[in-house]
Amino acid sequence: MSALVWIEQYNGQALSSSWEALGKAKQLFPDGPVTAVVFGEAIDDVVAAAFHYGADRVVKADDPTLAAYRCEPYVALLVNVVEALEPEVVLASATTAGRELFAGAALDLDAGLLADVTELKLDDGWLEAVRPVLGGKVMSVETVIGDGAQFATLRARAFQALAPDTSRSGDVIEVTPVLTEAAIATKIESVADTSGQISLTDANIVVAGGRGVGGENGFDPVRELADVLGAAVGASRAAVDAGWIVYEHQVGQTGKVVAPDLYIAAGISGAIQHQAGIRAAKVIVAINTDADAPIFKLATYGIVGDLFEVLPALTDAFKRKLG
Amino acid sequence: MHVVVLTKNTPDTAAAVTVDADGNLNTGDAHVVNPWDEYAITEAILLKGDHGVNVTVMTVGTTEHEEALKHGLAIGCDQAIRIWDDALADHDSVVYAKAVAAAITKLGDVDLVIFGKEFSDSGADQHIFQVARKLGYNLLGFVAKIDAIDFGAKTIRVQRLTEQGTQIVTSALPAVISVMKDINEPKYPTFIGIRKAAKAAIPVWDAGELGLDDDDLAPKTERVEYRALAQREGSAVIIEGADAAAKAAALVDKLLEEKVL
Ligand SMILES: Cc1cc2nc3c(=O)[nH]c(=O)nc-3n(C[C@H](O)[C@H](O)[C@H](O)COP(=O)(O)OP(=O)(O)OC[C@H]3O[C@@H](n4cnc5c(N)ncnc54)[C@H](O)[C@@H]3O)c2cc1C
Ligand SMILES: Nc1ncnc2c1ncn2[C@@H]1O[C@H](COP(=O)(O)O)[C@@H](O)[C@H]1O
Repeated sequence: MSALVWIEQYNGQALSSSWEALGKAKQLFPDGPVTAVVFGEAIDDVVAAAFHYGADRVVKADDPTLAAYRCEPYVALLVNVVEALEPEVVLASATTAGRELFAGAALDLDAGLLADVTELKLDDGWLEAVRPVLGGKVMSVETVIGDGAQFATLRARAFQALAPDTSRSGDVIEVTPVLTEAAIATKIESVADTSGQISLTDANIVVAGGRGVGGENGFDPVRELADVLGAAVGASRAAVDAGWIVYEHQVGQTGKVVAPDLYIAAGISGAIQHQAGIRAAKVIVAINTDADAPIFKLATYGIVGDLFEVLPALTDAFKRKLG
Repeated sequence: MHVVVLTKNTPDTAAAVTVDADGNLNTGDAHVVNPWDEYAITEAILLKGDHGVNVTVMTVGTTEHEEALKHGLAIGCDQAIRIWDDALADHDSVVYAKAVAAAITKLGDVDLVIFGKEFSDSGADQHIFQVARKLGYNLLGFVAKIDAIDFGAKTIRVQRLTEQGTQIVTSALPAVISVMKDINEPKYPTFIGIRKAAKAAIPVWDAGELGLDDDDLAPKTERVEYRALAQREGSAVIIEGADAAAKAAALVDKLLEEKVL
């Protein structure tokens, strides 16, 4: 029995949610071997880290055509690796790239894929997963029934990475790309990089504002609290549609699904579509002037009050306590 | 020059959802066009206006999904095709991809296939990626804007939203794209459009017509059951205090006490 885990990297840095997938593979296959797959350019640090986070061996492809994720060269190469190593289970983090890569590879291999799962187990050799559907209103239990490798992508923060052990290392198998640059139609011309900002889906804490912030400047107290907490900034669709903040920050059914330890919702009424994005949060704090707002039904703690008074007061209180 | 847009009906996003003791789902009777598809249909109609392309709206589903097709026709799609066969009742994304790819191949002259970002019911976008892969078309997911498209030269340039930021990407047609919510202002059906759509005959293409054999129709995944969510306990504990500062201090103490931070 063996597992393969695709470790996603960006500019030579691994995504932390990839280590969560690797941790899950080690838990499913404690006797290994768990193989990490790393594609990219100048990725030796990622390869070393893969061993620290639990990989027994690493398949590595280091080539300029693989520097940034692109569907065609990555799918073609992953399919090759899976055919050569014949793993039972293939896992990745359910990022946009992970979901696309695995869908393509599963199709090529005529194999089953369970996408964006929050629970995963092996039942008599078959993968069985729980995944949220209908905007997170219910869970669907699904299992692979097809032959061959079984694919799954794991929602960020739903699984735990192993504590890194820097003494670990192992064999590295080098492979070469299937496609040459000339055979790849898709070219990335530029990237307006926002990866310096804290990613909503990976964040420990999210501070979000809704229509209640009343305008573009209304996000200032939201951002100030987020800065003090090292949190990502979220928003309701009403705030995004009003043009007060860009769509990348939208949380909910048609935005991002988040799973922080703490979600602070300020001036958000808690519509069902917004709830869809925040159900996996461990603790929800709601700040709203309306004591009957539906968000108070979902929240762990509530403050009935004006966000323009409460958020700055919270910022001050956290500053005092956290130093 | 032919653009195909895929759509489906989904339960109303505001509808209450229940799961019975046997793990079956009840989503109520209210259905809507998959909200993401509003943008996909609109984008196809915008391309029709700018480039004179022929637009086909397509679904894989039972008769209830005709509503989504009629919505597309009412907004201005030229024709609709419904793919269905009893053998598709338990289809998964791989079977879906084979059926849609077969239908698009049958149409013959398709340059661009447009999807909404995902299906709001299953939350899955793998259908989209697998259709592209099955067709061997270039895949551009999460498109926020089509910067340029040339159906003659078969080129496309788009802005894609990724976790790391906005990418500008060029590729070649034929391609499959999935579009984000910001890409356009959705168009809605006109009265005349609705009247025309109501009268349209919508052909149904079955497995035989699409040349799908038993292997093609065999799903690789299966649903075991639905499960209701674990309920969050009751309502919020309301933090009281004389003023905002007192409430804030009490909340921060509570969060630190419970080791949330
Ligand atoms: C298909 C579909 C998909 C959708 N997807 C999403 C989605 O992904 N994400 C999403 O968020 N929504 C989504 N929506 C929209 C959703 O239904 C709501 O309209 C939206 O979430 C409301 O945003 P809001 O809570 O900010 O605004 P409102 O509902 O207007 O709430 C504003 C709240 O702020 C409070 N408030 C006002 N002033 C203050 C103040 N000074 N201090 C404190 N509180 C104050 C008010 O009491 C009120 O509760 C979707 C809708 C549909 C139909
Ligand atoms: N400053 C405010 N204080 C209290 N409630 C508000 C305030 N602004 C808006 N609301 C409420 O927020 C909801 C949406 O407001 P509006 O966006 O103004 O339609 C309504 O329920 C309003 O009563």
